[in-house]
Amino acid sequence: MSAYADSRPRVAGPARLPTLAVFKFASCDGCQLSILDVEDQLMAVAGAVDIVNFPEASSRVLPGPYDVGLVEGSVTTPHDLERLLEIRQQCGLLVTIGACAMSGGIQALRNSLDVDELAAMVYAHPEYLDVHAESTPASAHVTVDLEIPGCPVNGRGLVEVLVAVLSGRRPDLPTFSVCVECKLRGTTCVVVAKGQPCLGPVTRAGCGAICPSYDRGCYGCFGPSDVVNAGSLAARFDDDDKATLREGLRGFNVAAPAFEEAVSDV
Amino acid sequence: MSETRTIEVGYLARVEGEGSLRAEVIDGQLGDVEFNIFEPPRFFEGLLRDRRFTEAPDITARICGICPIAYQISAVTAMENVCGVAVDGALHELRRLIYCGEYIESHALHIYLLHAPDFLGYDSGIAMAADHRAIVERGLRLKQTGNEIVRVLGGREIHPVNVRVGGFWRLPTRAELQGLATELDRARDEALETVKWVSRLNIPQITRPVEFVALSDPDRYSFFEGRIRSTEGIDIDVSEWNDVFVEEHVQRSNALHARVRERGMFAVGPTARFALNHEKIQPVAAKAAAEAGLKPGVANPFESIVVRAVETLHAVEEALAIIDAYEAPQTANLAVEPVAGVGHGASEAPRGLLYHRYEIDDTGTIMEAQLVPPTSQNQLSIEADVREVLRANLDKPDDELQWILEQSIRNYDPCISCATHFLRLEVNRV
Repeated sequence: MSAYADSRPRVAGPARLPTLAVFKFASCDGCQLSILDVEDQLMAVAGAVDIVNFPEASSRVLPGPYDVGLVEGSVTTPHDLERLLEIRQQCGLLVTIGACAMSGGIQALRNSLDVDELAAMVYAHPEYLDVHAESTPASAHVTVDLEIPGCPVNGRGLVEVLVAVLSGRRPDLPTFSVCVECKLRGTTCVVVAKGQPCLGPVTRAGCGAICPSYDRGCYGCFGPSDVVNAGSLAARFDDDDKATLREGLRGFNVAAPAFEEAVSDV
Repeated sequence: MSETRTIEVGYLARVEGEGSLRAEVIDGQLGDVEFNIFEPPRFFEGLLRDRRFTEAPDITARICGICPIAYQISAVTAMENVCGVAVDGALHELRRLIYCGEYIESHALHIYLLHAPDFLGYDSGIAMAADHRAIVERGLRLKQTGNEIVRVLGGREIHPVNVRVGGFWRLPTRAELQGLATELDRARDEALETVKWVSRLNIPQITRPVEFVALSDPDRYSFFEGRIRSTEGIDIDVSEWNDVFVEEHVQRSNALHARVRERGMFAVGPTARFALNHEKIQPVAAKAAAEAGLKPGVANPFESIVVRAVETLHAVEEALAIIDAYEAPQTANLAVEPVAGVGHGASEAPRGLLYHRYEIDDTGTIMEAQLVPPTSQNQLSIEADVREVLRANLDKPDDELQWILEQSIRNYDPCISCATHFLRLEVNRV
């Protein structure tokens, strides 16, 4: 997130609306769909920016350069790496949306496996595939200006970042843990009250602490919070529950460095 | 001297995922047609190995951001199948309810934002809103109602967190359901208006009969109940999918596509469901379908948008009926202990049948997984439509031809993110 400091949003002047482009890499499309899910604000957003390249939603695709580019998905093929390098050149501000673009996503589970063996499990002729051994975040290859976490991102994160960019201020996305959001909404702690394994203490807020409000422990889909002390969290739990914590850490943000390190502490 | 026209769509817009289309016309005759999917593979079947059986619903949801409920329900029913647990009664009904939400939001999204612009000559739903603001806003409200059902029952609209093996993590409160009912009452009129609106669209006339395949149940319009049936006489248990269908590897292409072993292509999705299950659809939806002139066994793929609207109305009505009859079950979930074996699950995703098969061991570790998404099964039918549409429109200029070809692919609401098994598909002969 250090990129904020040296990258003042370079959006358009008053003469025209800033242009927005959305790009897809290896992903489920869920983060792009979150843009369309902001029904209440969709028309307003559409009026404040000129969405000139969003193939998921429109056949009208204009060439760059673009003021703002949103990148969904991880880099998993040589072709996609070339695309990302080109997109970086084309975009004033590059914003990654979601766990795949930010840390490689669930498909980064392949990073600790043999990709050729994996391909052979799924495809009859894996030799036809041209894929990287690892699923990597955009930031492994290019400078990323802003990141919106989540699997998937939600409307709050998207609207906050778009509004901040349009008004030339720094986005205000939380980096503290999900625990804070549980307290804010008055949800009883599932760890303390029910002894449920929960990654909330080590997971970044932003979702609104959904899982504990559904009697379920957090499974870490927003990635690591600013401070991760998984060893201390794990000390409360038995082996079965520790396995559940590890499943979450080795989940949708498996390649986020703080979660990678945390697995061995649990 | 021969004249070659090439129609290329480099990046198919308004579909979920990355695909392209290329067709050649040589001396007025149709040549090669390639429907090319360059969505990068993510190897989900491989990634699921060695994970716990309870993780399958959340992991497979990430295959598709637009139909996560379909993945979750197919996964949990497969796991309950292998473990010998029947989740029925009110828990079953709640699963139907969240599925109604996915139908409403996915169908409304496709009708209003992705497909209708084709019929009316716009690049997008947003561009369409400039001239038809009230209509687009109606579509967005309808979609929001579907999202709201998924949000209340699932915790959030995309990749909901509340569906689990054995049932749910937590039951909805009476007040939450009542809030949904209020919205659904309003949405009923909007869904009815949607059927009327799409039935008045200028629908291209193409006839291409195909074998329709869907889950079918004697008691209801199936979301995840009953047997797999077809209009050509298939009538099998879900566990027999691999006996009757096959994912084939075509020569000179690394594309797998599903076909009926004995016959070949088939189609899944709203039109298939309506053909096989129309007698079970909610009466209001049946009436609207009749008034729209829709007959079961629709052979014009462009009429799928009308079927989708009829199903949206059905889902609204069904959701209201479920809430009306709801009596809270004793517990939010049944205990499911792992049993070594093979389990099968299938559900009707908005875009068609989604089949899951898992082998797990007695500790609940997944040994093997097979996932067959609807777009994979529709692949052959999509190409056959493209050829038929091309043949009927060869006299049109390239831009018009390209427009109607894209429109015909969108008839299937294809989800290419799901169907990455289908890389670089080539069809070289007519």
